[in-house]
Amino acid sequence: MRQLKSYDGLEQKQWLQQIRFNTRTRSLVLTIVLCLMVLAAYGAGILIPQEAAAADFLHAKQPPSWQHLFGTDNLGRDILMRTLKGMSVSVTVGIVASCISAVVGILIGIAAAAGSRFWDGVISWVIDLMMGIPHTVLIILISFAMGRGLRGLLAGIAATHWTSLARLIRGEVLQLRSRHYIAVSRRMGKSDCWILIHHLLPHLVPQFLAGLILMFPHAILHEASVSFLGYGLPPEQPAVGIILAESMTYLSSGMWWMAFFPGLLLVLTVWLIDRLGENLRRVIDPYSAQK
Amino acid sequence: MNKTANRIVIIFLKNCIRMLSLLFAVSIISFALVSASPIDPVQQYIMGIGPVSEEQRAGIEAYWGVDKPPTVRYFSWLCALLHGDFGTSLLYRRPVIEIIAERFQNSFAMMLCAWIFSGIIGFSLGCVMGMNRDKWQDNVIRKLCCLLSSVPTFWLGLVLLLIFAVKLGWFPVGFSTPIGMRNNEVSIWQRLHHLALPALTLSLMSFSNIALHTRQKMIDVMNSSYILFARARGEDRWTLFARHGLRNTILPALTLQFASFAELFGGSVLAENVFSYPGLGSAVSAAGLNSDVPLLLGITLFSTLFVCVGNMIANLLYGIIDPKIREVGQ
Repeated sequence: MRQLKSYDGLEQKQWLQQIRFNTRTRSLVLTIVLCLMVLAAYGAGILIPQEAAAADFLHAKQPPSWQHLFGTDNLGRDILMRTLKGMSVSVTVGIVASCISAVVGILIGIAAAAGSRFWDGVISWVIDLMMGIPHTVLIILISFAMGRGLRGLLAGIAATHWTSLARLIRGEVLQLRSRHYIAVSRRMGKSDCWILIHHLLPHLVPQFLAGLILMFPHAILHEASVSFLGYGLPPEQPAVGIILAESMTYLSSGMWWMAFFPGLLLVLTVWLIDRLGENLRRVIDPYSAQK
Repeated sequence: MNKTANRIVIIFLKNCIRMLSLLFAVSIISFALVSASPIDPVQQYIMGIGPVSEEQRAGIEAYWGVDKPPTVRYFSWLCALLHGDFGTSLLYRRPVIEIIAERFQNSFAMMLCAWIFSGIIGFSLGCVMGMNRDKWQDNVIRKLCCLLSSVPTFWLGLVLLLIFAVKLGWFPVGFSTPIGMRNNEVSIWQRLHHLALPALTLSLMSFSNIALHTRQKMIDVMNSSYILFARARGEDRWTLFARHGLRNTILPALTLQFASFAELFGGSVLAENVFSYPGLGSAVSAAGLNSDVPLLLGITLFSTLFVCVGNMIANLLYGIIDPKIREVGQ
């Protein structure tokens, strides 16, 4: 009888252990939840009709209330709606720019490590060059060269963010190249291209994805800063940086909500994406995420 | 001693050559970018001075040399640069070199304050985190650092401006000197008063990097075998920190701080725009918006020089002060 009881307890314990998630499952669940939150914010921005952020002079300059959670601006536009719409623009720009940047990064990184010493030197000199000009100044220059606007903004952000990923990939390829199985594969007469696809790329994909994900928040922040300075998107487009730049005029008249809430939403979004990236990295690349 | 001096000279010369090659490349790239721009500087210039006739326009174009090919223009610009002539700013109607010199003083004062402040705060927080690994202090500060890295500089500046300048009125809303005062009448306290908020914004943005780096270094130090031995001898935590932790982490932190001049300058562009502080950062964005090409090029080159000098100091520090590397070199 007594023995049976203890057996019961053991079974219960096992059942409990099944309920308790391990780290991997927990990160997976967290990733999905965060992903849904970001998607919801993004979808809200796209789905909100233009009329929701239309000018309404009767309700201009109102502080936050239940009707207008974030208040209204000098033209009576609802700031919450405008910010949500702007956020989806910023997130799109950030994602596109970091995708371009990550692809450039991985190609240049592989080229640096797999090519000759000479090209390695040239590429590391170019990386130094890119890091030598402050990013904001370089984005201003590129945006100026492309005649301002969305294209210039994308090119500027893409051109400034690939350097760290390229360095990372270069180091990884250099390390992999000296492995035995690569040497064996080469001796067996496999071509460089075959080795690249079958032996190198599988190792590089997690690095690439992790680098890409870590790039998102930076790219979004840069997008917001550059639009704040007045480059990039045209002023009628409701990007977060532009809303904040507009609010500068009204700061001293005490309209604090115009600057505070849009920025807060931006911080929240970037932070969510940052967390999402961290969790996703743990799922994709458990080894390096343990550090 | 002689060998060390030789090595200093060699490292210095190598860095100088690299810096010159980078500056040369930056001059080519920035010139190419500016010439590729669809924004017509002549049109912008004319818009600034009012309506002009066709002949006058042609005169301006000939005077500026717009009709010549880009390579010819580049070499004449480069020759002028080497003679110390950066051209005349279209926006301020003064020589670019004068504007850079004047504005850099303002920017430099602000960046220096922010640099020192963020260094001290970041380093001490990093030490606290590293010494209390995985305790609540570590967790709280680390979360704070992660959160701060997703805050945009200019928004933080706006919030500080709202709280301290608009609401409380402790600090002025903008500029580097009180309005209506002459430059030479302004006291040093008034200047400091004006640069406090932008400098604070800038330092709040940059300390998390150095804090996290110092934390990692401190953890590495604390896991080493010499710390184990020191513990076994009975040293308490403070002695451990003062004798081993501090000495082994301060040099990497200082190097990192010197290597972060690029982010410092990039951040100052935003901070200066929020506080309308008349430094290089606000000048570069104004130059870009108003198509002031000579000023834009001048500041790009100058900021590259600034960043390169920071990197050079970091390299020199690494190679010369660090006793481990110094002895290997000998």
